[in-house]
Amino acid sequence: MSEVLKFTLNSQPVEVLVKPEESLLEVLRDKLRVVSPKCGCDRGDCGACTVMVDGKAVKSCATLALTMQGKSVLTVEGLSNGTQLHPVQKAFIEMGAPQCGICTPGFVMASVAFLQSNPSPTKEEIKEALAGNLCRCSGYTKYVDAVYEASKGTFGKI
Amino acid sequence: MGSYVGQGMPRYDSLGHVTGKTQFVDDIMLPGMLTIKVLRSPVSRANILNIDTTQAKQCPGVYAVATAKDVPHNLCGFYGDHPVMAEKEVRFRGQVIAAVAAVDEASAMEALSKVKVDLEELTPIFDPREAMKPDAEQIRPEGNLWEFEPGMRVRQLRKGDIEKGFAQADLIVEGDYSTCVGEHAMLETCCSIGDIDERGRLIIYTTSQAPSLHATMIAGTLGLPLNKLNMVGGTVGGGFGGRNDPVADHLVGLMALLTQKPCKWRWTREEEMVCSQMRGAWQFHIKDGVTKDGRIVARQIEEIHDTGAYGGFGPYAVDKSVFTITGPYDVPNVHINGYCVFTNKQVATSMRGFGINIGQFAMETHMDKVAERLNMSPWELRFKNAWKEGTLSSTQQEMHAVGLIETLQATAKLAGETLSPELLAMSSK
Ligand code: FES
Ligand code: FES
Repeated sequence: MSEVLKFTLNSQPVEVLVKPEESLLEVLRDKLRVVSPKCGCDRGDCGACTVMVDGKAVKSCATLALTMQGKSVLTVEGLSNGTQLHPVQKAFIEMGAPQCGICTPGFVMASVAFLQSNPSPTKEEIKEALAGNLCRCSGYTKYVDAVYEASKGTFGKI
Repeated sequence: MGSYVGQGMPRYDSLGHVTGKTQFVDDIMLPGMLTIKVLRSPVSRANILNIDTTQAKQCPGVYAVATAKDVPHNLCGFYGDHPVMAEKEVRFRGQVIAAVAAVDEASAMEALSKVKVDLEELTPIFDPREAMKPDAEQIRPEGNLWEFEPGMRVRQLRKGDIEKGFAQADLIVEGDYSTCVGEHAMLETCCSIGDIDERGRLIIYTTSQAPSLHATMIAGTLGLPLNKLNMVGGTVGGGFGGRNDPVADHLVGLMALLTQKPCKWRWTREEEMVCSQMRGAWQFHIKDGVTKDGRIVARQIEEIHDTGAYGGFGPYAVDKSVFTITGPYDVPNVHINGYCVFTNKQVATSMRGFGINIGQFAMETHMDKVAERLNMSPWELRFKNAWKEGTLSSTQQEMHAVGLIETLQATAKLAGETLSPELLAMSSK
């Protein structure tokens, strides 16, 4: 039986009818049309679907939507403040981290959540934190460097 | 221009990437869009005795159930030998047999479970060397070996006289090298949308790496004039050569034409891994004739490329490999036979330098082996045989603007390798 799911999505209250078996990713993409979380594997392996739930990084494909009752979900759509980008977003652009870009929203959310829990990480810690996010194009180095620069605030002027 | 040189520039598309605004095909949702799911063969080789879609067509929410019979010209691909859906015979596990367009995934899956297929399973051939045997069962009616030219089921390259070359050699060094298949594993799984616009044209939203090339193939397959087909490309979520073959666009086009509604087909990761086109596997046998002082005087190569069930880009890969595998070396006598072999496996396609770097892996590994047998530094062997200005390549082209020796010298310096004064004094001139 479908149930009404009430939660906060990118700071706005949302109500949506959800089947028990539906994942948060399906509800976001297909029902609410918030499409920055991507479906790379639908089984928790690639991290392309990463969003933040109450400040923590979560793989939305492996999360039942109905477990979101009363919670607060943040996606890339809700991250930037108007045209003001989050430091992680700026650093990704500055360092040329994304290539094809399909993994990028997931990397942004995983990185933002990580920096909230660990504002001054080492590169090793960043690698560890991003281990659940796969990128087929970039080779990871620039993503790791960019998160490091974002934590230091030393990325450029773009 | 001047202001760009030496400057780090942001990519033109990175703002879209970091804000999630970049649109990939799966992000497109059109009003009334149907979901496509396909029935794939559970076995690697079989005769299709019968397909019954009567019950599937009656399932709630189903708009169309299609099989090979519904495709105007059921062949596609670079070599035009790959059916959109299997007709009389299944040639690899995962080959599409039937397709359903329905209101949602659950309805499409329910209908697929009602498609009845009678398969007569046949013994598959997986090993290309088995498929090449003269008495092997022919898994393709036209033969298990690709016909490069009429009557020629091998790609040959000949330079000089190989027997004379071997006669001049002091030493024969042989080696076998092989590589396995590789999946592109782009993070975006295959996704296509077919739609009919207000003028009745077929619009295909595609992840293709070659939309213009594919338009001509797909128009032919669907029996459409080119002005009735519009391929809309965009950002591709990783390609690496794996989006060079049309494997989904023709089918979504067909379903849109049958239903007159937008239809989306998104592959699962499992379909991508198990059923998509791959980097094909290779086997190389290299036999070099070498003089005591390190001159390669004869090079004989047999190479076998497993192209899977259909042409894909296999024959083209063999051409590229045969033409380049000798490497940047001045070998007077060369004899190469390249075979492209059909097996009952996923189809081989392009992937990152396909045909070229694979051959170089084999060749450069073999060069090291030759050096070891001669008790010579691998650097020296390469210097001694390097192309120079005016060398005739294995394809008998006169080489100009050659810089191999200088490149090797620069590489040695970067690698901290000390070269002998003779090697340092050499030049390509
Ligand atoms: S789609 Fe969720 S982890 Fe891959
Ligand atoms: S940029 Fe293409 S997968 Fe990461």
